[in-house]
Amino acid sequence: MPAARSLWSRLHLRERIRDRDTAVYGVLLIVALVWPMATIFATGDTFLTSQAAHAGTWVLLAVGLNVVVGFAGLLDLGYAAFFAIGAYSYALFASFQLASSPLHHAYHLPFWLMLFVGMFVAAAFGAILGFPTLRLRGDYLAIVTLGFGEIVPQLFLNLDQWTGGINAIGSIDQPSLPAWITGPWAGANDIAIVRDFNFSFDPVAYYVLIVILIIGAVILVNNLHRSRLGRAWMAIREDEVAAAAMGINTVTTKLLAFAIGASFSGFAGAYYGASFGLVSPDSFLFVVSVTVLVMVVLGGMGNIAGVIIGAIAIYFLLNSVLSSLPANLQSLSNAIGLGWLNNSNGAWPGLSELAQRLQFLLYGLILVLMMLLRPQGIFPSRIREQELKHAVATEEETVVEQAHAS
Amino acid sequence: MSEAPADRDSILELTELTKRFGGLLAVDSVSLQIKRGEVFALIGPNGAGKTTLFNSVTGMFRPTSGRVVFDGRVITGSKPHEVARLGIARTFQNIRLFDFMTAVDNVKVGRHVRMKAKVWDSLFKLPRERHEEERVTEEAMELLRFVGIARFANHYARNLPYGQQRRLEIARALATEPKLLLLDEPAAGFTPQEKVELMELVRKILTRGITVFLIEHDMKLVMGISERIVVLDHGEKIAEGPPEEVRKDRRVIEAYLGKSA
Ligand SMILES: Nc1ncnc2c1ncn2[C@@H]1O[C@H](COP(=O)(O)OP(=O)(O)O)[C@@H](O)[C@H]1O
Ligand SMILES: [Mg+2]
Repeated sequence: MPAARSLWSRLHLRERIRDRDTAVYGVLLIVALVWPMATIFATGDTFLTSQAAHAGTWVLLAVGLNVVVGFAGLLDLGYAAFFAIGAYSYALFASFQLASSPLHHAYHLPFWLMLFVGMFVAAAFGAILGFPTLRLRGDYLAIVTLGFGEIVPQLFLNLDQWTGGINAIGSIDQPSLPAWITGPWAGANDIAIVRDFNFSFDPVAYYVLIVILIIGAVILVNNLHRSRLGRAWMAIREDEVAAAAMGINTVTTKLLAFAIGASFSGFAGAYYGASFGLVSPDSFLFVVSVTVLVMVVLGGMGNIAGVIIGAIAIYFLLNSVLSSLPANLQSLSNAIGLGWLNNSNGAWPGLSELAQRLQFLLYGLILVLMMLLRPQGIFPSRIREQELKHAVATEEETVVEQAHAS
Repeated sequence: MSEAPADRDSILELTELTKRFGGLLAVDSVSLQIKRGEVFALIGPNGAGKTTLFNSVTGMFRPTSGRVVFDGRVITGSKPHEVARLGIARTFQNIRLFDFMTAVDNVKVGRHVRMKAKVWDSLFKLPRERHEEERVTEEAMELLRFVGIARFANHYARNLPYGQQRRLEIARALATEPKLLLLDEPAAGFTPQEKVELMELVRKILTRGITVFLIEHDMKLVMGISERIVVLDHGEKIAEGPPEEVRKDRRVIEAYLGKSA
């Protein structure tokens, strides 16, 4: 026992675990490593791995939007537009699409290049959009990004000569690598190195890729957070006038947040284009922007670990809990002898049909409940926690003052 | 920003500076000259236009007319961050700290303008960025010690006692390495003892080679420390000179001392 204790203290585990974010990162990392093995072993197929890879796209988006909303305090309601720009950048230059365009030539640029091109194109659009708007007051940015988010998918829809419009862009190239490890999870008998590996929708390969991308993104964003730039963002969020008086150029600093956020979205877009293999204008509607925003706010604005948890939670809620609710309710009612509830009857549409219709109402209710119960988010940043406590305290003070005054 | 025919001795020169809010002349054609290394005090009753004058110098307001020359450059109409970069730092009459940042981080924000790290350095935590961060943390701690609040380094700014918040604001301003420091009623709400201590701090700041431009309500306090005083009333300069003279000026007594007496 004493030996164990000294080891324990030597590793400073207690301090590290007490640091909540480190603990969250640790747990996330372990789950991420074990997930494919565990789920493939348990279910015998890669469905849950591919679901997780999908959720990873959203995590990447949320981590990026957190820079804009959480760090710099800018409300971006058109974040999906940059996602679309990244996805279309890759889809156009890594498929046969441009052969039927006025260019009459198909490009097949490598995924690894386009990942960064998508990022830079999105960042450039972010800068172009942000530059005139960020000089104005905060509320304008929300409106302008909202408009931008509406226009971009519309453009991709209407420029059908180039983008195929409603027909979407399909058979997008798959990334390839000079070497890869294969194993039982991919249908092979042994663990072995394969040469000239092509992703060809291999869920495990995409899963590994997105986990690496997320880890990279989290490290970079964390670095930014604790840097000269991160402090400047925080200062602007706290008091723009004082920040400017300290020599911070508030316009370019905000612009950087906006462009960096956009670049993450473009990056995620290129990944999405490849992993989904199909890019269509209706994948980037307003609801996507709002969903990412909900992930950020619900997870704990400003806190990266919280935002990751928020993204996973919302993804799970939308794509698993709510989408399987009708079927689950149906089998549940059958199982407990209330099967008649499933038959439609006059105004009664049947239980599962009702659940189907009410999905988004339920979603909304859950969001409202969560914000009421935990306004600071699941794992808020300490600053945010303090701010909200302070806001409540001042409110109470004013109430008391008013009570005294009257 | 063009070069102005400079008087080498003067760090700040205002020429007929005017700021009008609609029908209100908050600062009315004020001219003054501040010499390097002095404590220059601006006094006057509430609403006289003192803060507005500071705001017009630091670029928070664009002056309606007139000229501001700082360190040989015309800076009229420059942006606040440009003014700070050139070497004017300020504190605010109603404290404006970054409430939910720690004291040491507040001061580090002040270092921002003298730091070199670019986005790439920060993104990848390059060695020179790390070294700069370490150095800046040290410098920030040093400034907290200088103003005497090092023990609050890791407290949120809003949790500091009122007097220490004022000191933190001064430390943050000093972090920008100013040549000229504007203090807007830094002793407001202080006990007499605290006021004396603050004036000690102002003297210490002077020894760092920084010129101090001070707004202060308490005339007695100013008398002990400034070589020259300007009195503002209704936006107009009504007197200027050494404290002993200003104190005897009839218009000053009427406008300012008269009210409190
Ligand atoms: N932003 C503003 N808009 C309109 N009027 C202002 C503004 N700032 C100050 N004033 C007015 O200018 C006058 C001078 O104010 P101020 O400079 O704060 O005085 P002091 O600092 O000497 O007490 C006051 O009458 C005040 O109401
Ligand atoms: Mg004032």
